Amino acid sequence: MALSVDSALYRWRRRGAESHSQSESESIPLLFSVRDKPKLTLNKWRIVFPDNGRQWKDWKQASTFYSGNRIRTTKYTLFTFLPQNLFEQFHRLGNLYFLFLAVLNFFPQMEVFHREITILPLVVVLLASMIKDVTEDYRKYQFDKMVNFSKTRVYDKEERAYVEKCWKDVRVGDFVQLQCNETIPADILLLYSSDQNGICHLETANLDGETNLKQRQVVLGFSSQNTLFEPEFFQNTIICEKPNNDLNKFKGYMEQPNHERIGFNIESLLLRGCTIRNTEAVIGIVIYTGHETKAMLNNNGPRYKRSKVERQMNVDIFLCAGLLFVMCLVGSIGHGIWTGNFSMHPPYDVPDENGNFLSPVLAGFYMFLTMIILFQILIPISLYVSIELVKLGQVFLIHNDIDLYDEEADLPIQCRALNITEDLGQIQYIFSDKTGTLTENKMVFRRCTVDGIEFSHQENARRLETHKELDLDDEDFAKLQRFTLPPMNIERPATYKQGTMRPLRRSQSARAHFQGHTRNRSLGRRDSNQSQVAFSSTIEKDVAPDSRLLRRVREAALQTENLSPFTHTKTSSSLTDFFLALAICNTVLVSTTTEPRQRVTVPPPIKPSGITLEKIHQIFQRLKLASLSQSFSSSQSSSELGASFSAKNTEERFAALDCYDNDDDCCASSRGDGLQGKGSTDMGSASLDEVFKSVTNSSLPTDFCYEAESPDEAALVYAAQAYSFTLVSRTPEQVTVRLPQGTLLTFDILYTLGFDSVRKRMSVVVRHPLTKEIVVYTKGADSIIMDLLEDSAKDDICAERRMKRIKEKTQKHLDYYARNGLRTLCIAKKVLNEDDFQKWANFRREAESAIDNRDELLMETAQHLETKLTLLGATGIEDRLQDGVPDTIAALREAGIQIWVLTGDKQETAINIAYSCKLLDQRDCVFTINTDNEETCESLLNLTLEEVRKTYQVEKPQRKFFGIIPTSFSVPEAPVPEFGLVIDGRTLNIIFQGGLEEKFLLLTKHCRSVLCCRSTPLQKSMVVKLVRRQLKAMTLSIGDGANDVSMIQAADVGIGISGQEGMQAVMASDFAISRFKHLKKLLLVHGHWCYTRLAKMVIYFFYKNVSYINLLFWYQFFCGFSGSTMIDYWQMIFFNLFFTSVPPLLFGVLDKHISAETLLDLPELYKSGQNSEIYRLSTFIITMLDTFYQSLVCFFVPYLTYKDSDIDLLSFGNPINTISLLTILLHEAIEIKTWTLFHLITMISSVVFYFVFSLIYNAACVTCNPPTNPYWIMEKQISDPTFYLLCLITPVIALLPRFFIFALRGTFGATLILKAQQLDKLPKGQRDLEIQKLRSSKQTTSGAPVASSASKHDLEQNISHLCLSSFLPPAAASVSHRDTESQGFSASEVNPLRKQIPEEGYYFFNNYHLVSSKVTAPGEDGNKLTKDNAHNFNYGSHRRSVSAVTL
Amino acid sequence: MKNKTSFLPQEGEAHPSRCPDNTAFKQQKLPAWKPQLTIASVLSSFFLIGAFCLAVGVCLILSANSVREIQIDYSDKCSDCSKLRENSSNWSKECHCSVNFTLKEDVLDDVFMYYGLQNFYQNHRRYVISRSDAQLLGRNVNIQKSYCAPFATYRNGTPMAPCGAIANSMFNDTIDLFYNLKSYAIQVPLLETGNSWWTDKNVKFRNPNSYNLSSAFAGTARPPYWQKPVYMLDKEDERNNGYLNDDFIIWMRVSAFATFRNLYRRVKRVGRFADGLPAGNYTFRISYNFPVTKFKGRKHVILSTVVWSGGSNPFLGIAYVVSGTAATLTGFVIAAIHLKLRKKKTYFQK
Repeated sequence: MALSVDSALYRWRRRGAESHSQSESESIPLLFSVRDKPKLTLNKWRIVFPDNGRQWKDWKQASTFYSGNRIRTTKYTLFTFLPQNLFEQFHRLGNLYFLFLAVLNFFPQMEVFHREITILPLVVVLLASMIKDVTEDYRKYQFDKMVNFSKTRVYDKEERAYVEKCWKDVRVGDFVQLQCNETIPADILLLYSSDQNGICHLETANLDGETNLKQRQVVLGFSSQNTLFEPEFFQNTIICEKPNNDLNKFKGYMEQPNHERIGFNIESLLLRGCTIRNTEAVIGIVIYTGHETKAMLNNNGPRYKRSKVERQMNVDIFLCAGLLFVMCLVGSIGHGIWTGNFSMHPPYDVPDENGNFLSPVLAGFYMFLTMIILFQILIPISLYVSIELVKLGQVFLIHNDIDLYDEEADLPIQCRALNITEDLGQIQYIFSDKTGTLTENKMVFRRCTVDGIEFSHQENARRLETHKELDLDDEDFAKLQRFTLPPMNIERPATYKQGTMRPLRRSQSARAHFQGHTRNRSLGRRDSNQSQVAFSSTIEKDVAPDSRLLRRVREAALQTENLSPFTHTKTSSSLTDFFLALAICNTVLVSTTTEPRQRVTVPPPIKPSGITLEKIHQIFQRLKLASLSQSFSSSQSSSELGASFSAKNTEERFAALDCYDNDDDCCASSRGDGLQGKGSTDMGSASLDEVFKSVTNSSLPTDFCYEAESPDEAALVYAAQAYSFTLVSRTPEQVTVRLPQGTLLTFDILYTLGFDSVRKRMSVVVRHPLTKEIVVYTKGADSIIMDLLEDSAKDDICAERRMKRIKEKTQKHLDYYARNGLRTLCIAKKVLNEDDFQKWANFRREAESAIDNRDELLMETAQHLETKLTLLGATGIEDRLQDGVPDTIAALREAGIQIWVLTGDKQETAINIAYSCKLLDQRDCVFTINTDNEETCESLLNLTLEEVRKTYQVEKPQRKFFGIIPTSFSVPEAPVPEFGLVIDGRTLNIIFQGGLEEKFLLLTKHCRSVLCCRSTPLQKSMVVKLVRRQLKAMTLSIGDGANDVSMIQAADVGIGISGQEGMQAVMASDFAISRFKHLKKLLLVHGHWCYTRLAKMVIYFFYKNVSYINLLFWYQFFCGFSGSTMIDYWQMIFFNLFFTSVPPLLFGVLDKHISAETLLDLPELYKSGQNSEIYRLSTFIITMLDTFYQSLVCFFVPYLTYKDSDIDLLSFGNPINTISLLTILLHEAIEIKTWTLFHLITMISSVVFYFVFSLIYNAACVTCNPPTNPYWIMEKQISDPTFYLLCLITPVIALLPRFFIFALRGTFGATLILKAQQLDKLPKGQRDLEIQKLRSSKQTTSGAPVASSASKHDLEQNISHLCLSSFLPPAAASVSHRDTESQGFSASEVNPLRKQIPEEGYYFFNNYHLVSSKVTAPGEDGNKLTKDNAHNFNYGSHRRSVSAVTL
Repeated sequence: MKNKTSFLPQEGEAHPSRCPDNTAFKQQKLPAWKPQLTIASVLSSFFLIGAFCLAVGVCLILSANSVREIQIDYSDKCSDCSKLRENSSNWSKECHCSVNFTLKEDVLDDVFMYYGLQNFYQNHRRYVISRSDAQLLGRNVNIQKSYCAPFATYRNGTPMAPCGAIANSMFNDTIDLFYNLKSYAIQVPLLETGNSWWTDKNVKFRNPNSYNLSSAFAGTARPPYWQKPVYMLDKEDERNNGYLNDDFIIWMRVSAFATFRNLYRRVKRVGRFADGLPAGNYTFRISYNFPVTKFKGRKHVILSTVVWSGGSNPFLGIAYVVSGTAATLTGFVIAAIHLKLRKKKTYFQK
């Protein structure tokens, strides 16, 4: 130990020296040069001089280089608005296109429209955007102003006092004084806190939305804490890093006048925008101001993603551009030929102003440009605007869906990305996190093992079961009461009571369950204190203790009381140690329930408790003698306790004042105890029963709330509380625990080594108040802790053997826990001697004050401490599945979505969760690939692939057979997924490194679900990217924690679950939901709708524009390709702008071709969106063909009608315009599947508006619109019967083919969507029946590719036989090789429990279905073995037969 | 700072729930009609459409057949004149020709006389815009700024009245119709006015205000192709002169196609022609002014009656009949498929 510490010390010093010299060379000269050349210095470090009387010169010089605290989030100022805005707007291609056309129209050779008219759309678009920008900017300006003029108190060096100043006047180096509940104006280094421990509590909800309080600490080692902080005496210079946007990192140091340095980190930085809580006053020095604050640097705008439909749309727009080009080319060539045909210029060929005629070629060229202007709307710029509007509407509706509203959290779904709604309808792959996403992330203490003895906590299990049932009962009840909407108060008495457990009370049970339509608006429940504290729902709080363990704990207490620890001390002491560790080894904050934000930082004073200091010492001397196990058991003999209970409960919070002084001292508490205990000395003979009675009595009324950063911690603390080890208070320096006997024990915390994902453990170093020993309590992932355990006691063979046995047993228990889907944590301890600790503490201090590679140093020191631990025990925490997860997964799977779970959890846990949420089916073959070796990995992949392919060959002919039958259920292209794949992070790494991605993907394509365990955030995102890029699939990632952020961002659609783990995932996501089950409706209903609506609308838009433009194009053949139009320009522009714009928008927002209920009942309907059935190139081309047909009809029917008549130009255009309006609207009407009043109104009003507008416009204006003059055209037309006859017949002819096809499909087509539409019409009961029928028929057809249910069984047999058969012969040989070179499986073991921890790679081949006896024979053997081996574990089912092939 | 706004209101006590409103609109449960393409609705719609179209189509064809129309191409019959007009230097020389035709039976009803032009692209873009509506309204406007160029002013700055290419190229043949009795011919009385739209004559076209027309157009010159100034178009009728001349107004309404007809005169139903044109021999006497050969055009003169559904063009009727038939046939096809498939369907459902 000493040796290792020394070597570490050496290393550390060397490093420290390096960093020192480095930093000196960098910073010191810079520091001095501030006075001469400040510019040089500031580009690496930020140097802050305090703004006080002594250093104001430096301050003045330095502060000029830092921006002020005034913020300006506005984009423009009054003067720069116009140019800047225009400049930005013309960055958009569409606007440039408009501009180009407008400019083009100004040349007389190409002039088609009036000059003003072409500018109009551009001006309208520009103005609309400008108005939007202005209002947005003005709102920002107002807000900025409000923020900038908020007041705060800043130290003024002249007045030598804090004066009120606006936020904008705060400068870097200012001293700012803040009161409780004030918002922090800038990033401030905390120098003083009114809290005697130098703590300041911070609410960061404004920053990250997390509601739990964060602690901030005065710069460690900064000495002015006891006295009131006086800015005038502050002479330090602060050197820290340049402003950056990392909210979790900040480092720097303070240089004192004597060149001594004090390091600090993010723990001392108060971030702008946060709120001070629970702290009366703080003083700090401003480090970053205004836009340089971390909050502002983090404040980036909303994400912009482009959806798949939009990508496809862009392709089509290019096709349209191609069409435009062709049409213009036809026009220009036609015009050239037409012009060239004249030998003489006819009177209608008008020369230019000078009387010159153009040559045919030049005329053709000009005509090309003219045609571009004429046909400009062929490129539907308005489509973009319309799409944005439609998506806004869609988002609005999604946001308002009451089914996606979570009552508990009072959160509706948040749509953070506005433009990818339709992507929700096309998802092919879902990548899900496990913890918090599939599970509730409500950790419930489930079982534990101490000293190799397992405590199964049956009562607790039963409690959880009941809880679930209660939940269900409530819901069922609510369902019954569907239409009565009673705000039910369901308070169910718990079915049993046990020990100290209070009746099971559901804090949320008071909520009313409203379902579907009958829900009324419920008020938010944020006001309840319960919900404010994270991880403190009843289910987490109430832990029913295991009776056996409870008895042991009591015995332990008894033994210590009897001071006869000779027989069972080992167990009893490790029991107490175990629970102490549970209670102490965390970062949980304690608050009382009565005032949730009131921290309990002071242990409740204890009434004179009848014990003298001497006696305590005496006891512990004896204890020590009795046991060398450095354990602490209940400190005070129970006899003294009786008296201490009476007053404690009432005065806990208030009577803390007299303890203040003591708390500053290291061992204050014990002394305090001692002092207080002087009064009564001999109460020592109370009976044990009495003691426990009083314990139970006393622990009842006190109710603490624990605010933990992670739910595991809270669960463990609650578990400890259940065994009467109650965490009473916590400060950074001290932690107080109440023991079963009622004694309060205050530990001095020497160090807390926080949890990080690399070390996967955390430790606290405490000094035991009684034994004065320095104890390290560590808890962490079992795989890590197990490696860090002390090898063995060198002196005692017996003890060594015992330790080994315990370790083995614990490991076995851990494996069992993991298999049952519990999260495991190991608890260990270590006792340090004073010297070692001092040495280590020195490193630690140095590490803390280091600036360069400080993190690594801290890590190193931490790793140093956490060695040679003694195992205390392990816990199993259950993370319950969220409601409706299996259901949702089954539905999503039925919808054809592949679901992958990417988790950092253990393989066993993940697999179990996968089974319980139906991700893996009992019948599935599950391949498990874990390997470190690239070659092995490759051969494994090949092997599995071959195996999978074999299965196909059996399936294929059957599918062909089904291909003949014209059932419309499209047989999915992917083979029937009957395989599962489990892979771990290491193997993933190898796959990525070894270029095995393609094989991996090939394999996964055949797998029904894929589980990636033990994967890092980076791997998660790599997997997502791999699938997205290689398979070109639409991916969705869903997660709740910070570790899912990268995966969420990598996917096409990122969904964050606003759960218990903060807001980082939500911040990175496109949509934020609060429960996993909401995904079902979000995808199956909203996604489907949004996709269908938008896709149809986009297609319709193309149709609309192209068919209208085609009319003009056909006319070119009759006007010598001269670019003439038969429709008045205004009517033409209004046609797109008003007459035909609203119905498609409404269609895009509201159309519902299938009801939500049917979509949910028949998830398979989702596949249409997945396969992009509505909007793809083929549908686009078909639509275009239809468009051409329709436009031909719309043009040539009027043409032939008016041929050889005296019809004039505009009178001919007028019926055409009307006809195309009617055709376009009727086309839409055919598409609309759901006619609401809105649809009807907009349709009718569109037509009415057209006529009214035309009539008024044609009557009002005699010459206002030269040179065209539509005067009285409409009036003349509507008095002509031919007009009506035309308007009747043309749309009919135009739409007849389409209607015919629709009719054919509607009556004879049997696609699922049409079936579903028919189902919608049925009454509810009948509908359900039909759906059942449909589903059952589907299961036989597409679920398993065998039609009759009779042959289904055969197939299963077949498959499972296939799965196993190839492995059976080697299984018979049962020779175990570890030969990777032999390429293949030379051996296998059919025994799940005699599992070997593989070195190079192993390969599981599981078949979870019992089939023919021949195959299952080894499986049954396995089961027998299982039974034998499984002593006290009771396996829920013995259904699994596992064959493991070890390579 | 955006999130700041969203989080600020948390401070309030018991702020209202964020639960969405449970309204039919927001929950997308609006009462709606879902049209279903069932076999019954489909068939009935097809048959209804078919029956309706057939009925209308038959009516239209019948009425179109009742129209009597005589169309005479005189561009070749007056070959001398057309050759004369090919040389633009002869524009002032008069040229007359006669075209005879026979009506085998009486044409009863109003008879309209049209002139028809072929291959005259009145709808050419640059031709269409070459006019000044303001000038035609009698306003004193600066036509230089209008779209009339290059037919706005002469080199010396004298504005043209009316300006523009349309006016310049006005059809200026005069056609008279004679009814040939055995020995002599009587001129069929023709109405020169009332042929244009009422609104054109009374709203859209105005002569400049002055005590007489020639003074109103003082300071302007006729368009280059014209033989006489605008105020000499109809010397007899003051109300049919200047911009208000019906022939001029009708010409200014540019036609939609290169082959078109414009109403020229109506037969005045007086005396012998009270019931229309009696059967017999007729002669058109044409003053041939308008050159068409240089654009390979043709000129027609057309006599036609008019019915409620328009002229003699039977297309609309045919279209109705054809589409009616198509719809009915489709209906039958669907019915047939339905009947055939019904057996199969039940087969599959088992």
